[in-house]
Order: sequence, then C-alpha cells, then structure tokens
Amino acid sequence: MSNAYLSISQVDMSFTRAGSTNHVLKSIDLDVIRGEFITLIGHSGCGKSTVLNIVAGLLRATSGGVIVDGKEVNDPGPDRALVFQNHSLLPWLTVYQNVEIAVEKTFRRTKTAAERREWILHNLDMVNMSHALERLPSEISGGMKQRVGIARALAMEPKVLLLDEPFGALDALTRAHLQDEVMRIQSDLKNTVMMITHDVDEAVLLSDRIVMMTNGPSATIGQILDVDLPRPRDRIAMADEPRYNHYRHEVLSFLYEKQRKVEDIDRHRGKRAGGESVKAAKRA
Amino acid sequence: MSGYTETMDRNRLAGAGDAAAGAWRERFRTAREVFIARVLPPLIIIGTLVMLWELLCSRPGATLPSPSQVLNETWDLITDPFYDNGGNDVGMAWQIFASLQRVAYGYSLAVVAGVGLGVLVGQSTWALRGLDPLFQVLRTVPPLAWLPISLAGFQDSNPSAIFVIFITAIWPIIINTSVGIRNIPEDYRNVSRVIRLNGLEYFWKIMLPAAAPYIFSGLRIGVGLSWLAIVAAEMLIGGVGIGFFIWDAWNSSLISDIILALFYVGMVGFMLDRMVAWVGNRVTRGTSAG
Repeated sequence: MSNAYLSISQVDMSFTRAGSTNHVLKSIDLDVIRGEFITLIGHSGCGKSTVLNIVAGLLRATSGGVIVDGKEVNDPGPDRALVFQNHSLLPWLTVYQNVEIAVEKTFRRTKTAAERREWILHNLDMVNMSHALERLPSEISGGMKQRVGIARALAMEPKVLLLDEPFGALDALTRAHLQDEVMRIQSDLKNTVMMITHDVDEAVLLSDRIVMMTNGPSATIGQILDVDLPRPRDRIAMADEPRYNHYRHEVLSFLYEKQRKVEDIDRHRGKRAGGESVKAAKRA
Repeated sequence: MSGYTETMDRNRLAGAGDAAAGAWRERFRTAREVFIARVLPPLIIIGTLVMLWELLCSRPGATLPSPSQVLNETWDLITDPFYDNGGNDVGMAWQIFASLQRVAYGYSLAVVAGVGLGVLVGQSTWALRGLDPLFQVLRTVPPLAWLPISLAGFQDSNPSAIFVIFITAIWPIIINTSVGIRNIPEDYRNVSRVIRLNGLEYFWKIMLPAAAPYIFSGLRIGVGLSWLAIVAAEMLIGGVGIGFFIWDAWNSSLISDIILALFYVGMVGFMLDRMVAWVGNRVTRGTSAG
C-alpha cells in the first residue's frame, strides 16, 4: 500500500438513466507500483474500459477514488496520457502536428521552442515514425496511426500511460509488431502502464501483473495473476516456455470456466442498454 | 535508381530531342484523352440543344428569339461590358458587380452570424431548445417575403436587399455548423481534455477544424441561395444590378437582353459555388474524416 504509485481504492460506478440504476463496477481495489506494466482483462462489457476512464479522469467514480503519485484524480490530464483504441488522431493535422498539439500545451512553460521540437521528433523517432512527419493520418496505415497515438501519449511524459485496447483494431501481424515496440519502449522508459485488453497472449506477453475482471453487472476484480517471466521477453521463445503457457492457461480458465459468459437473449439486451447508458453518461 | 540514371544518360547521349519529343507526344495523348472523355460530351449536348433552340425559334411566329438573334441583338452588350452612360444605363459588368457587392455584404454578415449562432446552438443544448423552433419556422419564409418588412425597417432599398441576402443565406449556415459541432467525435473532446486545452484553444484547434466540412457545406448552400435571392430582390428594389436589368429588359421587351443576363447569372452563380467549394477544400485539406 505504501509504495503504490497508482492506487485505486473502493471504486464503485453506477449509471442512472430514466430512473433505473445500472451498477457497472463494485469495490475495485488496486495498487500499482512505479514502473509496473499492468493489464486489465475481461469479457467485453465488464467495465474494464470504465476503470481506465476513471483513472484517466474522463469519468468520475460514483464513490471511491484514484490517487496517482500522491495526488487525487479529479480531471483528465497529461500525467495520465491515454492511447485510444481507434487512435483518435486529429485528421486535419499532420503526424508531427498531432504530437505537437500535446507537447505545445504540456511543455509550454518548461521547454523552449527548440527543445519542444526536439522532443516531438524524439518521440516520433521512438515509434519509428520519423519518415512520415508531414503525412496526414488519412495517408498512413492503421498501425502507423496507432504508433503516432502512442508517441503523442509518451510525449506528454505521463506518470501513468493508459492504453485502451490499443491494438484491438489492428491485424495480427501489425499487432505483434507494435506489442514488441511497446515492450521495448517500456523497458527503456520504465513507464508505469495500465492496459486494457481482451487478448490473452497480449496480456501474458506484456504484463507484470494481469488483473482479471468478473462479468458485470457490478463487475469487480476476480483474480490477480503475477507474471514472473524474465524480460526482455521474446514471443517466439515464449511459445516453448512452460511458465508462459501456465500463465496463459490461468487466464483462459478464468475467462472461460470461472467467468464464462452466458449469452442469452435477455441478458444481451440488458447489456446493450447498459452500454448505451455508459455512452450517455460520458456525454453528459 | 542506378538503372534509371543509366537510361537517362543513354537518352542524353542518343539526343535529348527524342526524349523531349516522346514526352510531348505523351502529353498530347493524355490531353486528347481528357478532351474526348470530359470536354466532348458537354459540347455535343450543348451543341444539340442550341441547334434545336435555333430550329424551334427561327420559325415564323416564334415568341422567343433564336440563339443567333440573341447574339445579334446583344452583341453591343457583350463586347462592351464596361460602358457607363450614367444612371441605370451601365454595362453588364457593372450590373453584375453591383449585385455581387450586395451579395458580398449580406453573405459576409451571414457567415459571421451564422457560424457564431451555429456554434452556440451546437454547443449548448439549452440554446438549441430555445432557438431551434425559431430557426425552423423562420427558415421556411421565402426570401422575398422579407423584403417589404426590411424596406419598412431600413427605409432604404440597398440595406434592405443586403438584409434579404443575409436572412436567406444564414439558415443553412447555422444548421450545418450546429450539426458539425454536434457531430464532433467524443474522442476529439477526450483528447482535448487529456491535453487540457482551454475553451478558446478547443474552439480554434478542435472545434472549427472538426466541423469545417459541415460548415463549408452550409456556406456553399448559403452562397447559392444568396445569388438566387439577389436577382429576385433587385427586381423589386430597382437601381443598378443584374436583377433589375432583367426586369427593365422585360419592360422594354428586350427578350434577347434577358437571355444574355440569364446566361451571366448562371455563370456567376456557378463561379460563386466553385469558389466557396475551392476555399473549403483548401481549408479542410480535402480531409473530411480520418
């Protein structure tokens, strides 16, 4: 508890719409130490994105709170930079300008113009996007867009980097490639990272700890798995690593045996209504 | 790369003339293709229609002049667009210029007010609820119906015409702007919240560019409507202007003059539309979505 860098305590979340209350999260408690790579995994609709949005400050928890580096989270901010699932680059800005808009705002007082430029180029270089500075997002591939999204987030020098299913929309090969890059960058920068995923391999390969969430409503943390594998991790070597397969098995059995998703029609309908109210609440 | 320079060198040795001639031949060939694909179809259609018109209106007892007759009777107007005999008796260029000037004033006011109101209505649900009924009713009022009331208000014809342009062009601008603002993806808002843009920065850096494709489609509809309205308004207010020129020609039974004026009105309207579209393309850099 004492050495937690990011601390989520007793977070409950419920959305109320048209008189009916939908309990999404219940007593989420999680401590993350500095430099840790932590992954939240669970079935879709279990509220893992809601947890991330609360940490990001985009949503307010109904009760409970989040503390990052000794400060309570009330608003979104660059210290908790977010990489969005669908990259969210601004389509009218070039690759360079998309990072610039964040850097200009975050380091307006602390860096000179030349230093800021240097810093933008450095971050784009880190994700291997230096060759496309003047391209518009519409002119680059999905994987490249996500790289720029990561560069934009890293350029804010966040205390905690939040990744919201960052590779979900990418094809398998591009995804593997970007996972390797995220591992490399994290081992260089020693960032504290919190990632949402529903990909078991991705979770085991990247994480120090995997937080497995139960199904909603009133989702909570079901189990936390320590992934004790040496870094740097190599995806090919991992295929023959018994511990890797053991961890994989643990997560799979949690997801498909203990928290097996029951998909009957009524429940599906209920879930969908819940999803809508999440959106409505976000907008409000 | 080296292969390419090699061929270049060989070409240079063999004589640059050949390569240049080849390039010219290539250019000529594409020009001819473009001509056949793009220029020829409208030429054929327009040619056929003009011939048909000529045939129909050359018969004895035809009520409208044939194209050759129009050209014949308006030749002075076409060749000397800048004459100025004082009063309303000025060349076509001045007539169109006077109309364009009114449109420029009215439309500019409509752009500023329309985008402003559109942003307000797009941002604030309260403003939307308050103003939307008003907008929905007022926008259906035909442009010319505003003219008497504005004449009563301004006591002068020129500001009244400008007001009619303004009130005609503003609705599509307001409505499109507000739709554009409302359709800004939630993610862009989230991005701006994470990097902590303040209100003004959000307005300039996110809101306007994100809504620009919508805003410009409103601006384009607006400029078209202004041009439609000015001709009608000028018929009633008189003075120099292409609208009154048409009305005046009708009163003097100069049907050929009317036909020439209609042609000019069409061309100017077309150019206005293209101009706004061009500016829109430049501003949004041709990217309406990522």
